[in-house]
Amino acid sequence: MDDLYREFILEHYRNPQNYGTLEHPTFEAEGQNPLCGDELHVQVEVDDAKVITAVRFTGQGCAISQAAMSILSDEIIGKSLEDVAKLSREDIVELLGIELTPVRLKCALLGLVVVKMGMHDHAGTAAPAGWEGVDEISWART
Amino acid sequence: MTDAPTRAAAPVASPLDPERVSADFPILAVGPNTGRRLAYLDSAASAMKPSQVIDSLRATYESAYANVHRGVYAHAAAATENFEAAREAVRDLLNARSPREVIFTRGTTEAINLVAYSWGRTNLEAGDIVVTTELEHHSNLVPWQQACAATGAELRFIPVDDDGVIDVSGLDALAEGGRLRMVAVVHVSNSLGTHVPLDVIVPWAKSHDALVLVDGAQSVPHRSVDVQALGIDFLAFSGHKLMGPTGAGALWGREELLAEMPPWQFGGEMIRRVEYETSTFNDLPWKFEAGTPAIAEVTAMGAAIRYLQELGIDAVHQHEVEMTRYAHERLLDVPGLRVLGPELGVERGGVLSFLIEGTHPHDIATLLDTYDVNVRAGHHCTQPLMKRLGVHATARASVYAYTTREDIDRLIDGLAEVRRVFGLA
Ligand SMILES: Cc1ncc(COP(=O)(O)O)c(C=O)c1O
Repeated sequence: MDDLYREFILEHYRNPQNYGTLEHPTFEAEGQNPLCGDELHVQVEVDDAKVITAVRFTGQGCAISQAAMSILSDEIIGKSLEDVAKLSREDIVELLGIELTPVRLKCALLGLVVVKMGMHDHAGTAAPAGWEGVDEISWART
Repeated sequence: MTDAPTRAAAPVASPLDPERVSADFPILAVGPNTGRRLAYLDSAASAMKPSQVIDSLRATYESAYANVHRGVYAHAAAATENFEAAREAVRDLLNARSPREVIFTRGTTEAINLVAYSWGRTNLEAGDIVVTTELEHHSNLVPWQQACAATGAELRFIPVDDDGVIDVSGLDALAEGGRLRMVAVVHVSNSLGTHVPLDVIVPWAKSHDALVLVDGAQSVPHRSVDVQALGIDFLAFSGHKLMGPTGAGALWGREELLAEMPPWQFGGEMIRRVEYETSTFNDLPWKFEAGTPAIAEVTAMGAAIRYLQELGIDAVHQHEVEMTRYAHERLLDVPGLRVLGPELGVERGGVLSFLIEGTHPHDIATLLDTYDVNVRAGHHCTQPLMKRLGVHATARASVYAYTTREDIDRLIDGLAEVRRVFGLA
């Protein structure tokens, strides 16, 4: 449990990477976790080869939700949308490197859910099975 | 000649010794993370159980178990007697006139739903007004939203100020332009501890011939509640917040009202005679208790009530007032910490919601848990109230008979650690 608030996580919480907004995002989405009131608004810029060139997010909420988004944003810049589509819950847990209770896992997953939903909404493809409306997380196109 | 040693007069209510009380609660002895005593500050969500209650559950299943009410053999008679003894315990706790006025439910939520369905759907119509407060737990809000939507009645709210204190200055306007039929209010707020002034609200409701339902989830376990003295019509509470098992609670209602209300669930237990085409219904209170009830849980709720009464409900209340005041004072000394709800010195239940600038309540609660200090974080099933106060969530500490000064000191020490981890200290 102490591990949850390792310096690595706290550093991302205090100084989030890619925080802010983009002038011309290719797509954007926002999501909330009503349980704790975590909120994220994510914008993504994609080039012609469908590779992510920039990510910006704003939001508020617990350290886990905000740090997870910061870490995720670093991770997906330079990746193709196809690769991002393949990211799983386990990948997020691995990126964070911490053990999470089911309640806190929802906090950690919020960022990935918002990115995935924004991506599929933009492409006009159906949300991947098992992700749309993940538990109590809700999302909206902006 | 030496003076005879003088003896101090016996105190009016003997003060509660929370260490002694704690010895009755096996779960408090060892916390899962540190091995130290569990500093359990989440009794507003659910109270821990003393051995007396756990023993009662065991005793039912080991020596007096059968389905209740119809069996002819010894175990059935004993189970029924113990089950009905719990009804008498509730009657006594609330000073109700008769055990016929006590209906067992799963808890507060089901009790309120019973009234909103049975009374609400048969009595409310367009032009009627139901009044509640901005403080309500979802379980005293959503059932009335639904009853109003189904009948065309209008739902209105007694407002709170920015401290979460009820503002009764506009009561008269709330009854204008329609017929005030029901005033359904919480007694003590589970999110802020606000004490709702029933002494103002009940006479106002009665001056309009409206009924009053009180959500007693946070009052009945913590202070003496006399339904006759309050002059109310319905009261709901949950056994699990009163140190009883989950799955058992009660609705108290005035007999004349309950007698007129139709059953809301149908089946066994609630009938007198059944034919293929029609049935006649049982008497109060069984008319509202369809199906096999939570026999062992209700019986053990009776044991919990007796336990509370043996501690002395006034002594418990006094102890909580002291612990709450101590916690409130100490919290106010934590830099960057804001306590929501009534100010220090204003009457409140044993609930303290707080925020620390620069941290999220979930992070506070998660970190405190590493020290075996348990607080709740979230909206506490009062989302509209959170919105009204402009917050997403709070951290909430709540006290009970077993809360010690050391529990609160450990909360304060834990919060210092939270501030250090988040770089605020
Ligand atoms: C004020 C209040 N009302 C209603 C409830 C609902 O009680 P239960 O979930 O036991 O039905 C609670 C408990 O969470 C409460 O604190």
